[in-house]
Amino acid sequence: MSSQPRPSKSPRPNWVSTRNPCKACAPLGAALVMRGIEGALPFLHGSQGCATYMRRYLISHFREPMDIATSGFSEATTIFGGEKNLCQGLDNVTSQYHPALIGIATTCLTETIGEDMHGMLHQYRARPGEADDPLLVHVSTPAYSGTHIDGFNDAVRAVVEQLAEAGHAPSAYLENFVNVFPGLVSSEDLRFLKEVCADFALPATLFPDYSETLDGPSMEIYKKIPEGGTSLAALRATPSAKASIELGRTLRQKRTAASFLQERFSVPAKRIGLPIGINESDSFFAALEKLSGHKTPEKYTRERGRLVDAYVDGHKYLFGKRALIIGDEDMVVGLTSFLAETGVLPVLCASGGKSGAFARSIAEVTTHLREPAMVREGVDFMTIAEELALKDLKPDFVIGSSKAAKLARTLGVPLIRLGFPIHDRIGGQRILHLGYRGAQQLFDLVVNTLLEVKQDSNSIGYSYL
Amino acid sequence: MADILRERERQVYRKGDLQPFQLDCEKQSAAGSVSQRACVFCGSRVVLYPIADALHIVHGPIGCASYTWDIRGALSSGPELHRLSFSTDLQEMDVVQGGEKKLYAGLCELIDAHQPKAAFVYATCIVGVIGDDVEAVCKRVSLEKGIPVLPVHSEGFKGTKKDGYRAACDALLKLVGTGSPEGITPHSINILGDFNLAGETWMIRDYYKRMGVEVVSCITGDGRVDEIRRAHGAALNVVQCSGSMTHLAKQLEEKYGTPFIRVSYFGVEDMSKSLYDVARHFKDKEMMKRTQAMVREELERLMPQLADYKRALTGKRAAIYVGGAFKAFSLVAALRHLGMTTVMVGSQTGNKDDYEQLRELCDEGTIIADDSNPLELSSFLEEKDVDVFIGGVKERPIAYKLGIGFCDHNHERKEALAGFEGMLNFAREVYSSVMSPVWRLTPRRRGSNLEVVK
Ligand code: SF4
Repeated sequence: MSSQPRPSKSPRPNWVSTRNPCKACAPLGAALVMRGIEGALPFLHGSQGCATYMRRYLISHFREPMDIATSGFSEATTIFGGEKNLCQGLDNVTSQYHPALIGIATTCLTETIGEDMHGMLHQYRARPGEADDPLLVHVSTPAYSGTHIDGFNDAVRAVVEQLAEAGHAPSAYLENFVNVFPGLVSSEDLRFLKEVCADFALPATLFPDYSETLDGPSMEIYKKIPEGGTSLAALRATPSAKASIELGRTLRQKRTAASFLQERFSVPAKRIGLPIGINESDSFFAALEKLSGHKTPEKYTRERGRLVDAYVDGHKYLFGKRALIIGDEDMVVGLTSFLAETGVLPVLCASGGKSGAFARSIAEVTTHLREPAMVREGVDFMTIAEELALKDLKPDFVIGSSKAAKLARTLGVPLIRLGFPIHDRIGGQRILHLGYRGAQQLFDLVVNTLLEVKQDSNSIGYSYL
Repeated sequence: MADILRERERQVYRKGDLQPFQLDCEKQSAAGSVSQRACVFCGSRVVLYPIADALHIVHGPIGCASYTWDIRGALSSGPELHRLSFSTDLQEMDVVQGGEKKLYAGLCELIDAHQPKAAFVYATCIVGVIGDDVEAVCKRVSLEKGIPVLPVHSEGFKGTKKDGYRAACDALLKLVGTGSPEGITPHSINILGDFNLAGETWMIRDYYKRMGVEVVSCITGDGRVDEIRRAHGAALNVVQCSGSMTHLAKQLEEKYGTPFIRVSYFGVEDMSKSLYDVARHFKDKEMMKRTQAMVREELERLMPQLADYKRALTGKRAAIYVGGAFKAFSLVAALRHLGMTTVMVGSQTGNKDDYEQLRELCDEGTIIADDSNPLELSSFLEEKDVDVFIGGVKERPIAYKLGIGFCDHNHERKEALAGFEGMLNFAREVYSSVMSPVWRLTPRRRGSNLEVVK
């Protein structure tokens, strides 16, 4: 059909346009972070449509209410500046939602016209007679720069920067807790991280934490802002942590919350890859052992043991199978590490993100591979399709967000939906990617997907595989 | 009860209220109100998107293109170029230096690769601000490539979704009249405002075919550029989704003298009436007979099946929140047909006449709301103890969170809800949500102790 990318034979090496994007814009990531703060409401300074589109995009993944306010620019606002709309918007959000915090992110429009957020918010805070205003934090997220992941990480840093107060920690866990910055993972992943830290008896401030706000129980009475999220007290206390753990090998050096806390408050920062698969999880658990002073609880060593056992049981089904891995950079690095350690051959690792650290990170987690995986950063889905055809890569399966569905369909291979966003299946927020337990689920999923292909693609219909 | 924002007090009305009916509408959404509305770009994109053999390129940073990639259920019987997402993906340097070069190069490469019949260029938020002359680039590419390249001025902040409709209609107007109307029969129409969601246009086309009416073009469901180019040859424009398409119909009337009528394909009564109205317009006895026979045939098949659903659904309460108010009229009627009452109805973009008509249609006590938001909607659902909420993806989690059934009646739906068959699907959709046993397990229906609300 004419809709398929036709040019496999004479590929244009440098497409100017982006065709079937593998990324979203920065404010979306920021809005998601703000949903992970207790009592907070995200607010986009820009046009009405941005908030609505992002709500829709996020709702389709999380299947949860996703209120994002906006200053709703009009033509006049764009000419004369958005201060009035911003103030009115903040007033209205406050009177409707009574939030503890409003997390404001800019958009391409407000960045382009050069809105002075600092100044305007300063003015707003200083207006007379408003004692119990919500806290206001803001992050600059020009949509023309970076991706939703950059918006996410920048928002994490901005919130920590703006709320951190030295010596503010509750005495109960002063000097004895860690900050954990997990990056964009699922709600289930966040619950898992909290569970692990608790099992290590290691108090932790996890930020953002949308484990409950974006995967909450059925309600009897509508809650304006769902329960859960990182508490403001905990966010204020981040400088008193004994260390920060940030997950993600491709995080931009110096631009993260952990690096801010290190530079400003000398909180040691420990950067670990997203703990997907055994190798990356080992590093994560080792870090927790060190920070907590406790051995890894038996619960986890047993999980690891079972996982190794499962790898052995299933190794033949996976050996040499060719995988195309697509998604957010750190998710791809983690998944690649996991797949490579099971014997799968990652033939192409691709992302719409462009941190500059992607290729290096993939190389780091695949040192034992005889053939290094091909890595492409800052690409879109049509470019990936052309790349596959050009190099005749013939993947057996695709693993990544549901945006890869079209591509997988064209290739005629299964797509294993992981990461973000998952728009055509239920439960994306409940997928556990992390830890031995997560790897166990991923492993079973990958093996069974391939077995299903094997079973369905022949006429015999084996009863045992 | 919801805290309704002061600015919005006059945008919510309860039928039976003492004060005279006056609902504020067609206003810019209050800042910070968390409106369910989208923007100008969305309006344009909704209308033009189903044209399947045109190239649609979003000129701006990536977000707008990402969020609209293949989100609509508008089907095509042939090319599917519309289901791909193209963007100039403007970067920091482009913002500084302008995006015209990139737009030019992007358009050229995409037209070369996909050979579309026309190209639509959507200008999003920052395009005007950085000073791009989109018009000039389009003109140049059009000359070079020999196809219409049409700018769509859809900067998000330049009005509301309705302005986006208008921008889309303006682009369409440039296409209409550029093809030859030769061979078009006197009993011919254009279908305006059906977008072939889940194949609805095909069903409607089939009805017209059985009536003996020639469909010249559908604007824009399963749309084709060449069909639209000769749309001025049709004898009548049949307008559904009047909010988006009335502008185009009026322009066509002015320019080509083509009359138009408004119809709705949702619900049994409205569907039948639409077909009769078209037949009546052509003053052709035979056609009327064929239409009557067809409607009878369809109803004979449909009614017994509907009766079954009606038995189960009678007395259930529905809430409606949709984009255009016109659709709400049909929904109120369709729900009544199923024995259900509409206890709350609202729209993003209704006008005074729309709301007046809604008020007449609804029972006492019904809440009518313009440009509502999640907090209001959730409180209406609670207050009216609603059984099923009819809306779009953004309304869905509000219903589900409260343990309330839901039916998607937006552009993203995957079930055909128009036509006679669509009425059956609609009944089935509502039925399979309302009658699900899962509600019994939810805290709301289990009737456990009320929690204290803040
Ligand atoms: S690209 Fe700009 S206008 Fe589009 S959704 Fe993102 S912030 Fe809004």
